[in-house]
Amino acid sequence: MIEKTVAELYSALNSGEISSVELTQAYLDRINRYNETLNAFITVSDESALSKAKQADALRAKGDSSPLLGIPLAHKDIFCTEGVKTTCGSKILHNFISPYDATVVTRFNDAGAVMLGKTNMDEFAMGSSNETSYFGPVRNPWDTERVPGGSSGGSAAAVAADLCAMATGTDTGGSIRQPAAFCGVTGFKPSYGRISRWGMIAFASSLDQAGPICKSAEDAALMLNAMAGLDTKDSTSADVDVEDYTAGLDNSLEGLRIGLPRQHFAEGLSADVEQAVRDALRVYEKLGAELVDIDLPNNHLSVSAYYVVAPAEASANLSRFDGVRYGYRCEDPVDLEDMYKRTRSEGFGEEVKRRIMVGTYALSAGFYDAYYRKAQKIRRLIKNDFDAAFKDVDIIIGPTSPHTAFKLGAKTDPVAMYLEDIYTIAVNLAGLPGMSVPVGLADGLPVGMHMVASDFAEAKLLNVAHQFQKNTDWHRQRATAFTEGQ
Amino acid sequence: MEWEAVIGLEVHVSLSTQSKLFSGTASIFGADPNTEANIFDLAMPGTLPVLNEEALRMAVKFGLSIDAEIGKRSVFDRKNYFYPDLPKGYQVTQLDFPTVGKGSLTINLEDGSERVIGVTRAHIEENAGKSLHEDFHGMSGIDLNRSGEPLLEIVSEPEIRNATEAVAYLKKLHAIVRYLDISDAIMAQGSMRCDVNVSIRPKGETELGTRTELKNINSFRFVEKAINSEIQRQQDLLEDGGKVVQETRRYDAERDTSSPMRSKEFANDYRYFPEPDLLPVEIDDTYIEAVRATLPELPDARKARFVSEYSLSDYDAGVLTASREMAEYFEAVAKASGDAKLAANWVTGDLQALLNKNNWELTQSPIQADRLSVLIKRIIDNTISGKIAKTVFDAMLEDSASVDEIITAKGLKQVTDNGAIESLVDEVIANNPEQVQQFRDGKEQVLGYLVGQAMKLSQGKANPGQVNQMLREKMK
Amino acid sequence: MAFDKSEVEKVAQLARLHMSESDVDEVAARITDILALIDQMQSVDTESVEPLAHPLDMTQRLRPDVATEPNRRDELQQLAPETEDGLFLVPKVIE
Repeated sequence: MIEKTVAELYSALNSGEISSVELTQAYLDRINRYNETLNAFITVSDESALSKAKQADALRAKGDSSPLLGIPLAHKDIFCTEGVKTTCGSKILHNFISPYDATVVTRFNDAGAVMLGKTNMDEFAMGSSNETSYFGPVRNPWDTERVPGGSSGGSAAAVAADLCAMATGTDTGGSIRQPAAFCGVTGFKPSYGRISRWGMIAFASSLDQAGPICKSAEDAALMLNAMAGLDTKDSTSADVDVEDYTAGLDNSLEGLRIGLPRQHFAEGLSADVEQAVRDALRVYEKLGAELVDIDLPNNHLSVSAYYVVAPAEASANLSRFDGVRYGYRCEDPVDLEDMYKRTRSEGFGEEVKRRIMVGTYALSAGFYDAYYRKAQKIRRLIKNDFDAAFKDVDIIIGPTSPHTAFKLGAKTDPVAMYLEDIYTIAVNLAGLPGMSVPVGLADGLPVGMHMVASDFAEAKLLNVAHQFQKNTDWHRQRATAFTEGQ
Repeated sequence: MEWEAVIGLEVHVSLSTQSKLFSGTASIFGADPNTEANIFDLAMPGTLPVLNEEALRMAVKFGLSIDAEIGKRSVFDRKNYFYPDLPKGYQVTQLDFPTVGKGSLTINLEDGSERVIGVTRAHIEENAGKSLHEDFHGMSGIDLNRSGEPLLEIVSEPEIRNATEAVAYLKKLHAIVRYLDISDAIMAQGSMRCDVNVSIRPKGETELGTRTELKNINSFRFVEKAINSEIQRQQDLLEDGGKVVQETRRYDAERDTSSPMRSKEFANDYRYFPEPDLLPVEIDDTYIEAVRATLPELPDARKARFVSEYSLSDYDAGVLTASREMAEYFEAVAKASGDAKLAANWVTGDLQALLNKNNWELTQSPIQADRLSVLIKRIIDNTISGKIAKTVFDAMLEDSASVDEIITAKGLKQVTDNGAIESLVDEVIANNPEQVQQFRDGKEQVLGYLVGQAMKLSQGKANPGQVNQMLREKMK
Repeated sequence: MAFDKSEVEKVAQLARLHMSESDVDEVAARITDILALIDQMQSVDTESVEPLAHPLDMTQRLRPDVATEPNRRDELQQLAPETEDGLFLVPKVIE
């Protein structure tokens, strides 16, 4: 039962085949059993989960059949959860009990979903391997010597190992899509502004976006139905109508034009990843789609521009962690300066400090034009590339990552780590919806296919992904080490 | 050498909104520490700003009142620095695209002359909290009630030439924001604050000298003193062959001196960049015109109207319109009493003296407009004389009874009864035969003396006009 | 662009990060590498390109001026490292 998709669990709950309490207990048992190995959860809230599951069962007994009622989920520990520890993977928030709920959390609560706990992540979402977490690295269920990707590595690993039915993630440069690819699950990053950022601890405000990490495109649609929509508490939340994202899942792909960026099928892409993606594209051709080579000429600049914009915004966003009102404060500060510096130096990890330094430098007097302003201009060029491409094609497809999951500790050079997101970062700079779906295995490790649509064309993206999953079963592959008891 | 000062003012006024600039937390002066500091104001992780529509409207209202260009697209920026009273580690302000652009206002000087002073810009920003320095076993206390309150920072052109003009400029700004009802602008409470940029140069020189910035000035009087002291300091320095250093100085009102602030504090690099949690604010002509329609009559217009409608002197009209409360008080008295001239005399005379003496705001006066109007009416209808009115006025301070009750209770009612006046007049004529003879011999001036005698006999209560008339008749 | 020791110290001061003598060289080297990556964007002429600060082509929404947030001082100060009499305490602020 625990391996089922949300859509399937919905039927099982409705038919009385299983209760939410039973389902919740089943996941809690698995967390209990496997979390020590995987380290996917920072916090597990068994008691509140079971009581919420009980409520859900009671509601269902009264005839409530909301799609997510009683479905167990995990939240990335970047989302504030009232009364529950919210760490963002950092020592500086290791003791922070949020006094309020993020809008995403409220929406899942209102939908009747059952929160099992909070998942591990790269500290402040800064990382592509989940190795920067203060709470230790997460391990990839497909090979526990390997990373799950990041920053939403805990959520991706938890979904992949069936420790929950669905999870939330956030994506600033690929943080939903890349771990989804590495863990063989479906990860969806909506258009910027589609989901409220209220209560989602900010990394880079103009790039951050929440989204689902789950077992199918259909589940992503169900989750998005709950998550998406205007929130007046977030000025950057878009006032764009929310559709029923499940409604168009079965639309025909006849005549669909798929753009293949030459820059994404070029040097640096490993052959087995390319092969798996090319195989998936043949499925689309059979479904009536047409493949078109396209250019994203400024794509190679996206990592450069991103590593100005994201650290610059982060350097300011992380100034609030100063040891005054909440969170970690160093022992016995001798004066105010000492308190600031030691609190922040002891409270933040190396990668976070590095990015604060880069961002501070990029904004400092004399460098603003050469770095920040230049990066904003590159951002425009990147957006223009996509706009031009979408005049010709409906969807853009390529690999999510140049290769499959790498070994823990394999990438110590920050720049090498930054280049992990070479295919995904441009999408955040342009604010577009993108997703990763599993399309095969290479050496026993999952390969993710990256799909991008134009602004607010979430429904189209989900439709295209769902049609692939209807005709293949890569999304149902599981790491054998964690399939016991299914 | 003759020197000329060049002065620019940066004035912060707190906008009197119900809630903060970017959060729905109450924004009322004087609450217990940190009771007006909710999750956004404490910069809890994940919280986000949403702009208060009233703060924007107030800024536009101010802009229109000084004929300024209104920014149809304004952009908020982050100004980054660490300070315990700045929870987010950055202040949200407007750097390149403020809501209010270039405008100007007319200042009124003591000698009756006027000058136009340019306003460079006015931008919306967040206030910081407060650090309390009384000793908490070697630590400071932080109160964030003020944190996130909306401020309007109004920046003048460096067109002010001396301390008197600076004060006149401040007073005019004060009057305007109070007329607009967008700020209490109470300097002592910090809802109006002023930083002053001062430089001096030889008269006739067009290049600007090196300027210093004075901070921490919290009254009109101190602004004047601080500027004069800084001009003198710079002049002494330059005349001794020294150089002015560009720096921020803190003015100490008690000792009337200023000293440089720690250089570390402003060797800061604020790393401004557009605030990504907010989007550009766009307003159109319809919005601007709707705000314009709500503009009240402003000090200059009201002054002109007082001159034409009530035949007041320029001077009186200026005094009466210097504050909105005074103007409204006067106009209420003028209308209710029916005699604007008397109303103006009383308001600028006895009432003003009373306020000055007790250091009261108009609202603290025990004599409000309705009571003063009745008093004036009693002068007009001859119930009391102007002189007795002063006695009644004094009595009204102690006694909250109505004007008429006070007049009756104290027996101050003017004697107008012909019989009573006749007997007074007869007595005066009988007691002063010599003066009566002089009058009859054509010495008109003596009449005043005789009227005075009669008034004295009546303890001031006789109607002086009637006494005058009857004396003339009897001495024919 | 080389990011030397003095830059590290200056930037660390702005960001209020403590930089121990032994870390400075390592940090300088790492950041120099990152700046080399970033500087790739300098190769493109962007003279006539309008900067894009935000992916959303929208304007700011406004909030009605209503006080909606309750006083939660006692509860919120539970989260603070040190408080007294309703105030957050910090090492002495010297002005």
